[in-house]
Parts: sequence; structure tokens; C-alpha cells
Amino acid sequence: MNFEFTEEQKMIQQAARDFAQRELITDVIERDEKSEYPTSHVKKLAVLGFLGMLVSSDYDGGGMDTVSYVLAMEEISKVDSSVSVIMSVNNSLVCFGIEAYGTEEQKEKWLKPLASGEKIGAFLLSEPDAGSDASSQKTKAEDKGDYYLLNGTKNWITNGNTASTYIVIAQTHPEKKHKGINAFLVDRNSEGISVAPHENKMGMRSSDTHSVTFTDVKVPKENRLGEDGFGFKFAMKTLDGGRIGIASQALGIASGAFERSVQYAKERKAFGTEIANHQAIAFKLSDMKVKIENARNLCLKAAWLKDQGQPYAVASAMAKQYAADIAMDVTTEAVQIHGGYGYVKEYHVERLMREAKLTQIYEGTSEVQKMVISRDLLK
Amino acid sequence: MNILVCISNVPDTTTKIRFKDNNTRFNDEGVQWIINPWDELALTRALELKEQTGKIDSITVLNVGEKVSDATLRKALAVGADKAIRIDAFPKDAFSVASEMAEYIKNESFDIILTGIESSDYNNSAVGSMLAELLGLPSVSSISSLNLEDDTVKLTREIEGGQETLTIPTPFVGIVQKGIAIEPRIPAMRGIMMARKKPLEVKNPVNTEPLVEYTSFELPPEKGECKIYDPENVEALIDDLDKEAKIL
Repeated sequence: MNFEFTEEQKMIQQAARDFAQRELITDVIERDEKSEYPTSHVKKLAVLGFLGMLVSSDYDGGGMDTVSYVLAMEEISKVDSSVSVIMSVNNSLVCFGIEAYGTEEQKEKWLKPLASGEKIGAFLLSEPDAGSDASSQKTKAEDKGDYYLLNGTKNWITNGNTASTYIVIAQTHPEKKHKGINAFLVDRNSEGISVAPHENKMGMRSSDTHSVTFTDVKVPKENRLGEDGFGFKFAMKTLDGGRIGIASQALGIASGAFERSVQYAKERKAFGTEIANHQAIAFKLSDMKVKIENARNLCLKAAWLKDQGQPYAVASAMAKQYAADIAMDVTTEAVQIHGGYGYVKEYHVERLMREAKLTQIYEGTSEVQKMVISRDLLK
Repeated sequence: MNILVCISNVPDTTTKIRFKDNNTRFNDEGVQWIINPWDELALTRALELKEQTGKIDSITVLNVGEKVSDATLRKALAVGADKAIRIDAFPKDAFSVASEMAEYIKNESFDIILTGIESSDYNNSAVGSMLAELLGLPSVSSISSLNLEDDTVKLTREIEGGQETLTIPTPFVGIVQKGIAIEPRIPAMRGIMMARKKPLEVKNPVNTEPLVEYTSFELPPEKGECKIYDPENVEALIDDLDKEAKIL
């Protein structure tokens, strides 16, 4: 067993750290307050190659391994999860799905501009009445011979308005239930697509979250991903990888809050000494450290399994559930350590706490992860 | 035109400095190494010149150091340097570093040789000038801008009360300071991938004897307590400066 990162993995980690600490930090609070999309930062993410870092260089991606991706996601999420979720969706859900299951023509046409960051993608699975129960898709994709006709509404879509490429999950054969579902590549500018106003969220306010409605949208037959009826399996397989991204995001939120807490505890004085010298605070920091280390190990294990071509669905579910839950614990304690300062925006930890909450909800709630884990261990 | 950028491998500027062996050596355990910030700016300017002018054929980075420097050199390749050379020797002092570099450079053909004005570890500000002397080349220090105009190199340097602009024939040694470039580059994934294939050559040292022997290091005294005075009560400040600090 070797816990040492390669020279290249360390370089990627440092590159992500430099980007986050030099650039994202400058306006993260302001963007969060104004719910302002990080346009210039996303352009820089593209230039640096983070938006398609997992995609093979054959398709204009960075050709990096998943361990590097975990390291980069952690560093960016320490500062700004509104930016890291854009990176995660584009890499893990959109690019991964096309690279793993798309045809050569689909990869040439759709994957290359997404991997280079020239275009941004979105993954449209959740619906007003189908979140955790993703098999209950109401969005319909009627087979009309030459094309599919798409009708329905998708909810909570990250990159909903800024994406040029949508991967839409929809029901083609309702009688077959989840085995009748398909996944489609859809051009955002297709006629019949309407995007609702930006959701006014609790956290990750700078990311672009919308409902998207499809009204008689024609989708060419060649835009279907995989065989007829492969859509549900496609979504589940893709989400397995996505969970590594969100687990790493949760890990970054926790470690960002932890680093700020250590620094604060060494500077802030109470009762004649730095608060880090009070055991009540020192033990909190110790507990935070252990939880973060455990979460990091789970994320890296899932990433390593994926890189080795081994099954990683349960490992990524464990990483996502644990990292999200400890991110909530750690950020809550970070606010507590900061006291009143933790409750105001300029100290960042209240924002990290708001961001942490979402990691327990999206791309499979913590409860859904426990379903995945328990079903596997009890089968 | 070929540019050489001399690179020092230094501890990250946030490193907690500790010593070992009875305070005679820097304790590098757990240290994160980086490109010396001034050298990184020199490299950034070299990359800008290559991109903007089309007159630069290649950029080589050169380091005197042990294997620990390889990650730093690989980063230099990832941001755009074409070739890296490491002379495999522990950097004992400025003279030994400059001598090792000069031995390599004298057999090569570089038009512009850049060094940072100092390194952020020992801050001797000595390697650049020593290198120019050992190579018998002209050198200019405190360069804050460097441009190629027609066939000449135009430099600006900071002097007391203003700036000095000059042109210089190549080859020369340019010792650069802040202002030469604004923001060091962050390596992109593509650059990191391409760096895998770029050459990083390790050369044997000539083992120049150092001129300096470090007998002992000590940390500066810890900062004292900060005392805040009421601006309406200047007398208290003067009184403390006189009686407590005894500097009046």
C-alpha cells in the first residue's frame, strides 16, 4: 500500500490550490450574496483544463486520473463550491457519460467542446416529483420514427441556463418502467426549451440552478445515448462517478472550514490565552481533523478503485454519505469555534456551512447513499 | 533567441522555519517546495516574450539541487519551459551555485540569462552577479521590465527616486525583481500532460568548494505584544516609548 501522491498529482493539487486561493477567494462572498454566476472564473477553469480534466486527451480532455480529480475538487471547494459544482457536473456527469457510453460520432461532436471547456454541460435527471426516486420519470420522449419528441420539466438543474449541452433523462416506454427510460444529448438552443428563473438557494448561490421545461422538443434519433432503454442504467452508472466529485466537494468544504478554524483558534484570545489552548476548542479541532482524514481516505479509495477499473459504486456512495455528513458537522463546529464572527459573512465559515448542507441532498441524499450501501451489504 | 532562467528551489513562503543538527542546518522535514518567487516571475516574463514576440526559440530552466528539485522543475516545464537541467548537487552557498551554473552555461548558447534578484530562503542576492562575473558577461540588476525591440533588448530598472531605461546587447545576465511580470502562471492540465514528455536532464556537478560555511542559524525573537493607544492620549505613548521601550 502506498499513500504517497505522484509528483503530477501534487502539481495538480497545487494548481487547484493556487487558482482557488489567488482568484476565487477575491469575490466569493460578493458572488454568494448577489447569486452571481462566476463567468470569468469558469473561463479560467476551462483554460486550466479543469472542466474536462478526466476526459482522455483523444477528446481534448486533460487525461488525468480520478485521484487527481479528488485533490483538485477538494482545493477548489475549500474556497468556493459554486465553482466546484460546475466543474463536477461537467466532468463527472456530462463528460463521463458521453465518454463511457457515447458513440464515436457523439464523442467527436458533443464531448470535445465540453472537455475543452468551450461549452458547458448539464445533467437533467431530477423532476418536480422524481428526486431520490429517479425511476419515476414523468418527462416523456416519444419515439416518432426519425426523432424523439420531448415533453416535461426537470428540476434543480446545475448549469441549467449556462449549459449549451444537456443530457436529458426521459421515459420512452412507460410500460417497461425504468427499463423504458432513455438518455439524450440535447442542444440547449433547440426550439421548445424554456428555462425558469434562477433558484434563490440557501448555499452555492453563485452556481446556476434552474428548472427546465421541454415542450415538443425534437431530438434526433442519433442523439440517444446507448441502446433503447439504457437511460436509467446510464444515469445510475454516471451518478456513481458523480458521487466521487460531490464527496470531494464535501471534503473540501470541511477542510476549508477546518483550516480557517485552526488559524482562528491560534489567534483569538479568551481568558488570557489563545482559544486553541482551551481543551474544549482543541478537542473540537481534533475531532474535525479525524473526520476529515476519514472522509479523504474514503474519497481517495473510491477514486483509486475507479482508476483501477474496479467496481466503485458502493465505495463512492460511502465516500459521498460520510463526507457530506461530516462536512455538516465540521462546518457547524467551525461556526461555533468562531463564535459571533462565525455568524457573519466575512469569516467564510457560515457560507461553508450553508454549502455543506447541499452535499447531503444533491446527487443522491445521504439516505439514498445508505440505501446503496445497505442493499449491497445485505444482498 | 534562447533564454535560460535560473531557478532556485525554496521552501514555500508559509513554511514554519526550524533547524536541526545543533542549529547548523535547515530542517526540511515536511517542507513544501516551490520555485523561488522572483525566479518564477523571470520565467513568467520569458514565457510572455515567447508567446508575444515569436522571437524566442526555446526557454530552458536550470537548477542546482538534489532530487527534491525535480517537482519544481517539472512545474516549470508544465507552465511552458521547453527543457529543464538539474545539476545534481546540494546548493552549499551562492558561489558554488553560480560556479556550477557557469560550468554548464559556458558550453551552451543562451542570449538572455535570467535570475531572480534574490531567493526567498537565504536572500543573499548574490548568484546573479557572481554568475555574470564567472561567465564574463554584462549584467543588469533590479530589472522591472524587459522587452525585445527590433534586435535589441530594452530594460527598465528601479533606481533611487525613479527608473532607468537602457538597451543591452546579448548575451547578458538579467537580474529581475518584482514588476517584471505580474502574476505567475498556474499550470494547465494540458501543460502538465505535455511536461511528461519534455526533457529533464540531470548533470554531474563539478563540485566547486563553497566560500561560505554556515556555523549557526537562529530564529528572530518572537514578536512582542501589540499595545493599542487611544489617539487622544498621545502622552501615554510618548511616556511608554521613553520609560518602557527606552528609545527616546
